[in-house]
Amino acid sequence: MEIVYALAIGVLAGAGVWLLLRPRTFQVIIGLSLLSYATNLFIFGMGRLTLHRPPIIDEEGAIDAALYADPVPQALVLTAIVIGFATTALFLVVLIALRGLSGTDHVDGRERD
Amino acid sequence: MLLTLIIVLPFIGSVCAALLPTNARNAEAWLAGAVAVTCALLVGSQYFAVAGGGVVRTAWAWLPQAGLDVYFRMDAYAWLFALLVSFIGALVVLYARYYMSPEDPVPRFFSFLLAFMGAMLGTILSGNLIQLVVFWELTSLTSFMLIGYWYHLADARRGARMALIVTVGGGFCLLLGMLLLGEIVGSYDLDRVLAAGDAIRAHAWYGPMLVLIVVGVITKSAQFPFHFWLPHAMTAPTPVSAYLHSAAMVKAGVFLLARFWPALHGTGLWFWLICTAGATSLLLGAFSALFQRDMKGVLAYSTISHLGLITLLLGMDTELALVAAVFHMLNHATFKASLFMATGIVDHETGTRDLKRLSGLRHAMPITASIAAVAAGAMAGVPLLNGFLSKEMFFEESIVAGSASEVRFALPLIATLWGIFSVAYSARFIHQVFFGPPARDLPRPPHEPTRGMIVPSALLVVACLLVGVVPAVTLGPLLKEAAFSLLGPDLPEYELAVWHGVSTPFVMSLVALGGGMAFYAFLVKRGLAMMPAPLLSRLDARRAFDLVNVAIVRGADKAAHAIFSSRLQPQLLLIVASALLAAAVALQDTVFVGNAPLTPPDPLFVLLWIGGAACALGAAQQAKFHRFAALTMLGGAGLVTCLTFAWFSAPDLALTQISVEVVTVTLLLLGLRWLPPRILSDDERRRTARARLRRARDLALAVAAGTGFAAITFALLTRPPMLGLASFFVEHALEHGGGRNVVNVILVDFRGFDTLGEITVLGIVALVVYALLRRFRPAPESVDVPDAQREDEAREAAFGAPRDLLPQGYMKVPAVLARLLLPIAAFISFYFLLRGHNAPGGGFVGGLVMATGFIVQYMVGGTIWVESRLKIHPQLWVALGLLAAVGAGMGAWLSSRPFLTAVAADVRLPFVGGVHVSSVLLFDFGVYMLVIGATVLMLVALAHQSLRSPRKRAALDGLTEPLEEPDEALR
Repeated sequence: MEIVYALAIGVLAGAGVWLLLRPRTFQVIIGLSLLSYATNLFIFGMGRLTLHRPPIIDEEGAIDAALYADPVPQALVLTAIVIGFATTALFLVVLIALRGLSGTDHVDGRERD
Repeated sequence: MLLTLIIVLPFIGSVCAALLPTNARNAEAWLAGAVAVTCALLVGSQYFAVAGGGVVRTAWAWLPQAGLDVYFRMDAYAWLFALLVSFIGALVVLYARYYMSPEDPVPRFFSFLLAFMGAMLGTILSGNLIQLVVFWELTSLTSFMLIGYWYHLADARRGARMALIVTVGGGFCLLLGMLLLGEIVGSYDLDRVLAAGDAIRAHAWYGPMLVLIVVGVITKSAQFPFHFWLPHAMTAPTPVSAYLHSAAMVKAGVFLLARFWPALHGTGLWFWLICTAGATSLLLGAFSALFQRDMKGVLAYSTISHLGLITLLLGMDTELALVAAVFHMLNHATFKASLFMATGIVDHETGTRDLKRLSGLRHAMPITASIAAVAAGAMAGVPLLNGFLSKEMFFEESIVAGSASEVRFALPLIATLWGIFSVAYSARFIHQVFFGPPARDLPRPPHEPTRGMIVPSALLVVACLLVGVVPAVTLGPLLKEAAFSLLGPDLPEYELAVWHGVSTPFVMSLVALGGGMAFYAFLVKRGLAMMPAPLLSRLDARRAFDLVNVAIVRGADKAAHAIFSSRLQPQLLLIVASALLAAAVALQDTVFVGNAPLTPPDPLFVLLWIGGAACALGAAQQAKFHRFAALTMLGGAGLVTCLTFAWFSAPDLALTQISVEVVTVTLLLLGLRWLPPRILSDDERRRTARARLRRARDLALAVAAGTGFAAITFALLTRPPMLGLASFFVEHALEHGGGRNVVNVILVDFRGFDTLGEITVLGIVALVVYALLRRFRPAPESVDVPDAQREDEAREAAFGAPRDLLPQGYMKVPAVLARLLLPIAAFISFYFLLRGHNAPGGGFVGGLVMATGFIVQYMVGGTIWVESRLKIHPQLWVALGLLAAVGAGMGAWLSSRPFLTAVAADVRLPFVGGVHVSSVLLFDFGVYMLVIGATVLMLVALAHQSLRSPRKRAALDGLTEPLEEPDEALR
């Protein structure tokens, strides 16, 4: 499981970084989204991979952190997902405004000479 | 408490003044005058508390961890200055009421004047070094706004900027000096600093600290070599000059120097540093004043010279010189403010301040002439006026002082020379303007001004006379109190009297008076009185200042060009590469395989991620050529991510991820339309060697980044987990948070403040998106109907519109479904919200579900159809959501607990039974509303763009009827 999880993050991050370095704004926005999947999974992985033990306390059982998945990375990632949406939206609007102003979708606002 | 009121009142007045209408001159003046008079009365009422060495104190904890308090402190010295500032402030307000013309936007003027007064009072009454610097900088800022009040004049802008740069630069040095001083003493408390004089002087940092503080002081008080800003600040309206450049702003420097005199004086460095600056300014200012053509120019250089005198006195290092310095600060404020007012009257009534054009005004304006003459007499140091007394003290101290033998003769010599120049320029000032034949070619025929402008000036002149004739019963006792509060028992015996007998200072005064008159007569005879100053006029400080400024800006530009690229790709490349490098260096010794047991891979999970990886790689490949395909694959990768969260016990994350995925993809889909036509395949440029190299480099970086990510993840996952914070949250969630879903309890309770910040950001982003799109101008080729729509139209033209073919409209089924979906979505979202505390769900998920419900209406029904039936007002949702969240946080104050503490109660309702009511739910409800508002606002704003361009097209084609008819079938 761990190997698959690590490889998955690697592929997402690699594809994201590749797109990040491309010249078209749409490529960069897709790249950022992929990179944020990778980062979210990475932070989530800090709590290790836990099966069938969501951090929802069973009132009958003993209250012991070792019985549940780590809630802290989950809380972090949850906010990160929402903020990621906000930044994507902002970036998209800047992107299309730039396109409207400069007439190109190159990240620098003008084509490379 | 009272001290706080004295400081706060002008600032409140400033805000009120800014809100009054533009032409409310009378209301503004009444308001400002009332504030100034109230401050003066409040200060005055404290006299008996500060007399005899008493100190009034008010302190609040500000940053107790750093030893910083808001600390206001008033002793007799501060009392005297606070009284001066508020009293002259009141006079200036009265004067300004009549000076400002009806066209001037007075709210700005009075607002900044009051703010300046507050800042000045704050500087005077601060008992904490850092707080003092804060108020000090505030005076610089407000004076910038006042000097640049007539910002349509280029000179005013330039003068204001110069004053700001010089004084704020000095303020920065002062801050550094104060930090050093605080470190030396171990406290920023003024009382402790003043008591630690010996320790300060013995400290190794004394030198740098003193130099920094002195730089701050002499920039503010316009002393050599930073004096040049003051003449250029004369572009300010004259009431501002009368206030800032005589009584208040420029006095702040010498005020501070005298304030710290007991703690810092008594070293060779102090003597030489301050005396040099003072003596140079003294002579330079007095000499230059002789040759100015502008009346305010004469006064500006005279101010430099008089402040030089005060500085010199402070540098002389004797107790009596300190007393004389304080005395002269007050005297100078009264006569110089009065002279500025007289200058303003002349300017106002004749339309010019040019000494060359003005002449013989005593015939037209006798009252103004006599007021100005008396004030100028005080400036020159004529007996029976207040300037004479402090000048005598100065002469005497110049003889007595001078521990170093080489200045024993130099100081009296400088003093006498200064006396000669002062008499000469004062005589010239009065003689040119008011005497001689009446001027004929003035812009306006001169006459006496209204009483409102005469009275303040006259009151100040009366003060000059009273202090000059009977000093012992007017200012004498107050001065003694002030000096006692500075010096304590060290205060020497002295006597303020007009006649001390024939002494050396008196002889020096006579020499100065006679010599000055003779010198002026000589200048007039030689025709030099109207020439530019010999030697000095060539030193153009403004040019030098501008050159330095330009050099700095150019240098910064060059440096920026050398180390910075404005292009995004190199920047991102550098960021990625340096991140990789930093990680590689930090992790070079890491073993990437830990010792925790591995779990065997689940075939289904492997299959899932084969799909996920294919989607990611496909999106990376297609993002350039086929955006829609790339977007679909991005959604695929997102879906797999979401399933992974669900797989590994994170139901909350899975829920959030899937709903965010829906809105993100919708958002990007809406944006696709505004991008240029897609590139179907690569052009030739891709095949150049350079491009290939670039792509190879990027690929290498991408592979390195991916490998690195994978390696670190693997290294982490193969190490045993650390419980860390988890145990705290798991153990306390139920007990303190009252919820079983630990993730949700963390978000809305334990770390509620973080979440509040986050939703605030979300709201701000939504508003920014909305605002950016309001001014959006699409690219010309995007304005046309999209290809797909055009194909539809062509098909309709060929075969008839679908709505004609289908009896009841082709969108009927999805429309009904979508409408049914809205209440269900609302229901589900509310369900998620309510159960969030104990089971997967919560405000974020609920909000996103509800927002999706709204978006579906738009997608199926069309914008016009939806908005003609449903008013969503997303901005209102954002605002209400934020209010609910903040309100839930503030609810804790009711039970006097800190902000955002959860308040819960178990209530028994009839029929329902026990219900757990908690402020946390209100908080989560705020999150819910804000997420709905923000998401809908962003998506709808983007969707509206397609509406705007057809409208524009319709307007261009001359169509009047609405272009897009709502679907008939849905009515």
